Amino acid sequence: MNELAIKDLRATIAEQEIIRGLSLAVPKGEIHAIMGPNGSGKSTLAKVLAGHPDYKVTAGSVMMDGQDVLALPPDERARQGMFMAFQYPNEIPGVTIANFLRAALQARLPEGEELEATDYYAKLYEKMDLLEMDRSFTSRSVNEGFSGGEKKRNEILQLAMLEPKYAVLDETDSGLDIDALKIVANGVNSLRGPNLGVLLITHYQRLLDYIVPDHVHVMVQGRIAMSGDKNLALELEEKGYDWVRDDLAEPAIA
Amino acid sequence: MVSEISPLEIERNAGNFAYPETHLHDAGVGLTEDTIHYISNIKEDPEWVRQFRLNAYKTFLSKPMPTHWASKDLEAIVFGNIRYYLSSGTQAKRSWEDVPEDVKRTFERLGIPEQERKFLAGVEAQFDSEAVYSNIKKAVGEQGVIFVGSTEGLKNHPEIFRKWFGKVIPTGDNKFSALNSAVFSGGSFIYVPPGVKVKHPLQAYFRINAENFGQFERTLIIVDEGAELTYMEGCTAPKFNTATLHSAVVELVALKGAKIQYITVQNWSANVFNLVTKRAIAHEEAEVKWIDCNIGSRLTMKYPGVVLKGRKARGEVLSIALASNGQHQDTGAKMVHAADETTSNIISKSISIGTGRATYRGLVHVPKHLKNCKNNTECDALLINANSRTDTYPAITVRGTGNSVQHEASVSQVSAEQIFYMQQRGLTEAQAMSLSVNGFVNDLVRQFPMEYSVELKRLIELEMEGSVG
Repeated sequence: MNELAIKDLRATIAEQEIIRGLSLAVPKGEIHAIMGPNGSGKSTLAKVLAGHPDYKVTAGSVMMDGQDVLALPPDERARQGMFMAFQYPNEIPGVTIANFLRAALQARLPEGEELEATDYYAKLYEKMDLLEMDRSFTSRSVNEGFSGGEKKRNEILQLAMLEPKYAVLDETDSGLDIDALKIVANGVNSLRGPNLGVLLITHYQRLLDYIVPDHVHVMVQGRIAMSGDKNLALELEEKGYDWVRDDLAEPAIA
Repeated sequence: MVSEISPLEIERNAGNFAYPETHLHDAGVGLTEDTIHYISNIKEDPEWVRQFRLNAYKTFLSKPMPTHWASKDLEAIVFGNIRYYLSSGTQAKRSWEDVPEDVKRTFERLGIPEQERKFLAGVEAQFDSEAVYSNIKKAVGEQGVIFVGSTEGLKNHPEIFRKWFGKVIPTGDNKFSALNSAVFSGGSFIYVPPGVKVKHPLQAYFRINAENFGQFERTLIIVDEGAELTYMEGCTAPKFNTATLHSAVVELVALKGAKIQYITVQNWSANVFNLVTKRAIAHEEAEVKWIDCNIGSRLTMKYPGVVLKGRKARGEVLSIALASNGQHQDTGAKMVHAADETTSNIISKSISIGTGRATYRGLVHVPKHLKNCKNNTECDALLINANSRTDTYPAITVRGTGNSVQHEASVSQVSAEQIFYMQQRGLTEAQAMSLSVNGFVNDLVRQFPMEYSVELKRLIELEMEGSVG
């Protein structure tokens, strides 16, 4: 039960089917990487899990620790423990990171209960130290004028602060130089543990040098085409995605 | 684009309650010369005031509605259906104990006595046509500061009152200033003697309780040389099915080196026509700052202005307008430069929700013969929905070579992606929108006194909660 279980999922955007019968289970405590060529539906999967209103689920189920996720609106999913790190995080002009995170944590408290300010800042600064962030960072408006690396670090900071049960990281490595990549990877590694399941979506093997996954899945044309351990990523790196596509053409592949 | 918003009634119930009417004096429905005599008799006006009113009434009749440029919605006002004067006496009480129970309860529900104890130097509370309570802290009174209702001001301090009354805003300025001049009642009269810096704000609260009613308060504030004052006003009315008219005239005089900060947070219900004329004269090296927050009403037309009369005078208007479904906020600022080295600054932010419409109208005038005048105008509009609307009409006339002007305008939209991003962090749609709106006004609100920025944020949250289905 303690897993994010996706079963026979089908989803469309503008009547076009992108996810075509995808099944996958991420037990809590594990990191699963999803790799795949451009257009295979990786980012769509992330958005469907988060409940983006543009996508329509036509079949299948998503259960989070036994709870039906698809029945919940996006904000309720988030409060129940589903987190998504965006590939292109949005700007919120005039709202500081500190105030944004405070509002997000406040939204998780029962009505009438107030977030304790001193505890909040203590936790915030602890997580920022972990991610090697300057204290002044949180007084900047959310993602406004941020570099690619700053945006991704901000996503990981939010992940650290909101302590979800499951996190979907959508191409968190894209647009990062090697130093920024290491910092982000260190952040994710430090959050790794028995209370968090991670679905790591990436196009490149490079990220997996720093965040070593428990399992690797290859997604092609809206489905999981192949699964394996971390060595699968290395094999993919060597042979390219065409190898999976060719393999997929053979009827023997399950 | 954010998902379509259901046409819900805006939830701003803090002010939406009314007690049964128990007025002793009622001028009846409609406006004639007899109405004016009735008001003058009740108030025991000096003869010059009676004549002033009667002349203003003639001007009012002769002026057309400004619908050649403003909203046609003005034509929905039926002057013959309005009650122009309602009160239970003309003498404001000095203690809440002496205020009639219903009225006292009204202001307690609005939190006025509590705020008075906490951070105000004095309070005036107006209920329909007259101030029912007016008091100033002893220490402030002892410095020679006068803070009374307009009726009391013109009677007890005629030497100051008469000198400035109607001088900043002449009766014939517009149809509604003429109407106010004919039937005015209530409002504040304030005089701050030279060099006196009033540390804490003076506050007036304007409450409409009656239906079919027009509130016409008249405020006159004179801050003498080198003196300083912060004045705050709040206003609410219950939600009636009939139109209510609020048409105030506010005149400020900042003498040499004086500083006035005038703060308004209005929270009118959606049946109120709010047509207000506000203007200041700033003498040499004086500073006048209008902080104007317009929430609610059916139609607000308000353009606080500063006439920069003395060298190095400075004028500022910081305004926020929030137009919800079915509402029109037609607001802006006027800066008339009339001396060298005068500077003015206008920052206007508007938010349109649903079918709400926000209009910015500005006037900046710098004549050719002046030197080293500066104006900065910034207007930013935020649209929440696809059917929201904003218009900007900046009229900037700057002549001569030694003057500079800067104008920036922007329109932005809360995007569906931005809302989704915030929802993914656990905020509801209403919370997400409220945070976006607060972020949009944040840099401006930071310049407001703390108590009012907190109040404003709370009002924005309530407004956003009510507007999301």
